[in-house]
Amino acid sequence: MICLGIEGTAHSIGVGIIKDVKGNCHILSNLIKTYKPEKGGIHPREAANHHATYIADLISESVQKAGVHFTDIDLVSFSQGPGLGPCLRTAATAARALALTLEKPIMGVNHCVAHLEIGRGTVRGCTDPVLLYVSGANTQVIAFAEGKYRVFGETLDIGIGNCLDKFGRDIGLKFPCGPKIEELAKKGARYLLLPYSIKGMDIAFSGLLTAAENYVSKGEPLEDICYSLQEMTFAMLTEVTERAMAHTEKQEVLLGGGVASNKRLREMVGRMAKDRSARFFVPSRDVCVDNGAMIAWLGFLMYESGMRMSIDESVINQRFRTDLVEVHWRG
Amino acid sequence: MVKKILYRGAEAEICLSKYMRKTVVQKRRIKKAYRIREIDGLLIASRTKEEAKLIAESRIHGVSVPILYDVDLAHGIITMEYLAGKRVKDILNSLEEAERKLICQKIGESIACLHNHDIIHGDITTSNMILLDNRIHFIDFGLGCKNSEMEAKGVDLHVLMEAFESTHSKYSDCFKYVFEGYKKQFHGDASAVMKKIDDIVRRGRYR
Repeated sequence: MICLGIEGTAHSIGVGIIKDVKGNCHILSNLIKTYKPEKGGIHPREAANHHATYIADLISESVQKAGVHFTDIDLVSFSQGPGLGPCLRTAATAARALALTLEKPIMGVNHCVAHLEIGRGTVRGCTDPVLLYVSGANTQVIAFAEGKYRVFGETLDIGIGNCLDKFGRDIGLKFPCGPKIEELAKKGARYLLLPYSIKGMDIAFSGLLTAAENYVSKGEPLEDICYSLQEMTFAMLTEVTERAMAHTEKQEVLLGGGVASNKRLREMVGRMAKDRSARFFVPSRDVCVDNGAMIAWLGFLMYESGMRMSIDESVINQRFRTDLVEVHWRG
Repeated sequence: MVKKILYRGAEAEICLSKYMRKTVVQKRRIKKAYRIREIDGLLIASRTKEEAKLIAESRIHGVSVPILYDVDLAHGIITMEYLAGKRVKDILNSLEEAERKLICQKIGESIACLHNHDIIHGDITTSNMILLDNRIHFIDFGLGCKNSEMEAKGVDLHVLMEAFESTHSKYSDCFKYVFEGYKKQFHGDASAVMKKIDDIVRRGRYR
């Protein structure tokens, strides 16, 4: 089966085409275009305009790059939520138009679950992981338990990526700030005290962000602040992930989301896994970030398990929670 | 020294050990190699201190907890009394109805005593209670804190409510009995706490 997936929850519009080969995901093409604001954070309407401008060409290019014809596509899937309303609507509209034109079925999927499933689908050996999903808007620890994907821990305020971006903007960096903060942090060595904020299995970043910003106004070296910011936030993330692993008794940990590109975070979660004799997986960068292939793959899994969606049901859901998804494709 | 590990969690291990010729329990917080020394040391020391303080304070207010023998902040070790009793989780289902009611009421009274002094246990489940000499002893204050807000008290009781639902689901009256005991001992407005619990249940996330 060949499935085309459209991702459009936030700043990226992506079109991916996948083919299933004996239960594994083969990516035929996976193109992404990212909206980069001139200044400030994402403006939802401008991001949506950006997506609307590029989506049609992106679909054609993706089909061409995959080496297939439009008529070969068996299913069109799209990111139904969670995300920014205008962006979601743009992607959903494109998906509906394509499905109706090709007279093929449509499937809306949960973006967070897609991040986990693409790991299971493309990384060898990854079967039943605890996912640490770290992106701009989302920070969740997700695992399969009692028939559903459940959130064991999550941020109570902002996502880790958002925390890093906000700090980066404060010190004059351009989007995306994460990689630049990572570079600065490498040159830092002095740990500056920041609040550690874990409540049960949940995390909060905003207090810590304010404390880091205060160090900037006090004139502390940026390298040291970036170093401390990374060390503290990543230690919090690693700790809640470990708790979820202990609680669910799972032996695999998977990273996902844009912040999964950070080498220090990989190192820390990898070390934690090693110390518990668990296995550690990171998918390749192009499927870690928001992308169409993961949407296509989850769409395929859902369709294959017998789920169907009518055009009427393909309404977006900005607050689509991970544990709302009925999981029929896992035993 | 020979030590026998009773339980290993994500954060700490519980082992049997000897202290002044007595059999004791040691809770040792494990050093984490993934975080830098500065953060690791700070977390281990502050959490060990907080937990020891909560245990000591609970005792002052008449709630049965293990006796503290030693607190080693540098190594994150709390040495405490070994309670050779039975976990409430393991016995509650096999008790006679009248006895179960009594135990549940006692649990409620003890929680009220903690809450009267703003001690939030943080993980009240029947696995964290030990029945010994006809008294309910509370263990593992690792997720505890001091908090005077109704919300915190509601959340604390809600954890127990969920534990009853999952582990003692056949005996649905358990929580009712707990709350009877709680009401008797609690100095504040117990019905306001109950209302908080209802609020928490109704907040979709927990459903």
